[in-house]
Amino acid sequence: MTNTREQDPVIRTRSLTRTFTRHKQTVEAVRGLDLEVGRGELVAFLGPNGAGKSTTLRMLTTLLPPTSGTAEVAGHDVVRDQRAVRRSIGYVGQGNSAGHNQRGRDELVSHARAHGLSRAEARRRAEELTEAFDLGAVVGRPVSTLSGGQRRRLDVALGLVHEPRLLFLDEPSTGLDPQNRANLQEQVQRLHAERGTTIVMTTHYLEEADAIAGRVVVIDHGRVIADDTAARMKAGLGDRVTLDFGSAEEAAAAASRVVRAAPEGEVRREGTAVVLRVAHGRTLAPRLVSDLAAEGAPAQSIEVVGPTLDDVFLHLTGRSLRESQETNQQTTEENAA
Amino acid sequence: MTTTIEIGTAPSTTAPPALQGRPTGFWADTWNVMVRELRPVLREPASVLFAMVQPLVFLGLFSPLLPDVGSGSALQWFVPGIVAMTVLMGASFTGANLMQEMVTGSHEWLLVSPLSRSSLLVGRALKEVVPMLMQTAIILAVVTPFSFELHLDGVLVGVTMMALFSVGVGSLSFALALVSKDQDWLFWTVQQTLIFPVLLLAGMLLPVDGAPRWLRVASEVNPLTHVVEAQRSLFAGEFPAGEVAGGFAAAAAVAALGLAVGLRAMRRSS
Repeated sequence: MTNTREQDPVIRTRSLTRTFTRHKQTVEAVRGLDLEVGRGELVAFLGPNGAGKSTTLRMLTTLLPPTSGTAEVAGHDVVRDQRAVRRSIGYVGQGNSAGHNQRGRDELVSHARAHGLSRAEARRRAEELTEAFDLGAVVGRPVSTLSGGQRRRLDVALGLVHEPRLLFLDEPSTGLDPQNRANLQEQVQRLHAERGTTIVMTTHYLEEADAIAGRVVVIDHGRVIADDTAARMKAGLGDRVTLDFGSAEEAAAAASRVVRAAPEGEVRREGTAVVLRVAHGRTLAPRLVSDLAAEGAPAQSIEVVGPTLDDVFLHLTGRSLRESQETNQQTTEENAA
Repeated sequence: MTTTIEIGTAPSTTAPPALQGRPTGFWADTWNVMVRELRPVLREPASVLFAMVQPLVFLGLFSPLLPDVGSGSALQWFVPGIVAMTVLMGASFTGANLMQEMVTGSHEWLLVSPLSRSSLLVGRALKEVVPMLMQTAIILAVVTPFSFELHLDGVLVGVTMMALFSVGVGSLSFALALVSKDQDWLFWTVQQTLIFPVLLLAGMLLPVDGAPRWLRVASEVNPLTHVVEAQRSLFAGEFPAGEVAGGFAAAAAVAALGLAVGLRAMRRSS
């Protein structure tokens, strides 16, 4: 898309594939992924549980060897040059990075040393990150005694010890309360804006991908089904206008009027309501309400919602992302393997 | 709560320079892993007592039942076995820490760090030496006021042998933890099933001299038997060359096997 991406991709995969065999059944978790991520991008892999986004991330971070295909991360092959990849990236996994019987400060220093910093540099870096992530009160305590939000801040701090230019976050906000989630998103965005760090994260929270990522890669059944900015993905879908008529009969009667009023839209009845999806729904809505009232079919309530990434997912797959969370539960085990 | 984030040092008008870490070698990585593993032990030294509860019970409630033998007090004969038991229990438990880190995520994260797979195993295994020394010191401190004669020279050679043995058993325990991924029961079942036969066959509680032939043969192939026999001589201040060499050979064999199996398991870990 952009020139920088073509000239200088930080991540480049070719036909990246991973299969798992369980109970003599082969499951293709990731199928022939071709992906390029340019320097300085903030990319979210979005998809239901078991879609293959974490498996992709695990291959890119050298945790899982690909079944076939290749991937280069920061210029290094993820199979042949694992150590160079590991030195170049920061990683925040689904679990906690710090050992639960360790102290946060010890883990920061230890990890900085693992990246080859001198003792003094390691201590200075630990100090910096402790301050930056507001962990001063807790880095001296065993990690097991920290709250979920505190542990997550420590995880992110640990991922940044060596100031990586490329940071991977696997479901970073899962299990966090809304306040801590917002806090984390702000940290990620700041890191991206202030340091120009390339960030690749997986998420199954639509709002999260929508709010923070410049680029959303929608993954389903191991394949990329959409790859664009959230705004552009949503642009073609139009607004959703929900009109409630109080009874199913009245809704059914009103539905045909709505079809006549907005012939270019998509109309369906849901219980006592009529749902219209149409471009410029919000400018159409006032006229629609007054016309219906004039024709003796007054709506009791109206709601106009702009398109969400869930609508994008629904449009692409015929399923709602929220519903897919449950149906895909069984494949998450392979994903975590 | 609002957290202000200032990540890094340089104000970033242009692309900031990445921190320049030097590539680390195997021994630096291994040292790093070992120090990391030791920190919780040194922060809470009392934690080494956890693996000692059973050996201390045997020491307190079983050894008084033993008759004195020709060469010296029953305690003199029994203590080397108790030291071996403590080492075996402590080192075979140690995989549980790794299992916990596998569950909480920290192990996965270390696998993405530049630390080599081998140092993640060897560093952990070498760390076992420290609790082993602490536990041995505690036992000797407890029994020396009684009918146990402390021969420091022999004890020093003895704990060197025990160090090798603990590294081997620790490695095996880590390997077991790695293959028990997501199946805690497997780890505990194997560990608990093996530990007492190994101890009893080594003649730790009672001598196997008068045992049926099959049991004596089983005892002969048990490396711990040779370690314990050598310990008994060494703790008594004697240095019979053959026995000591046999003990070291057995301990080294366990260490070599443990490291080989452990390295293999760690390299396959994901």
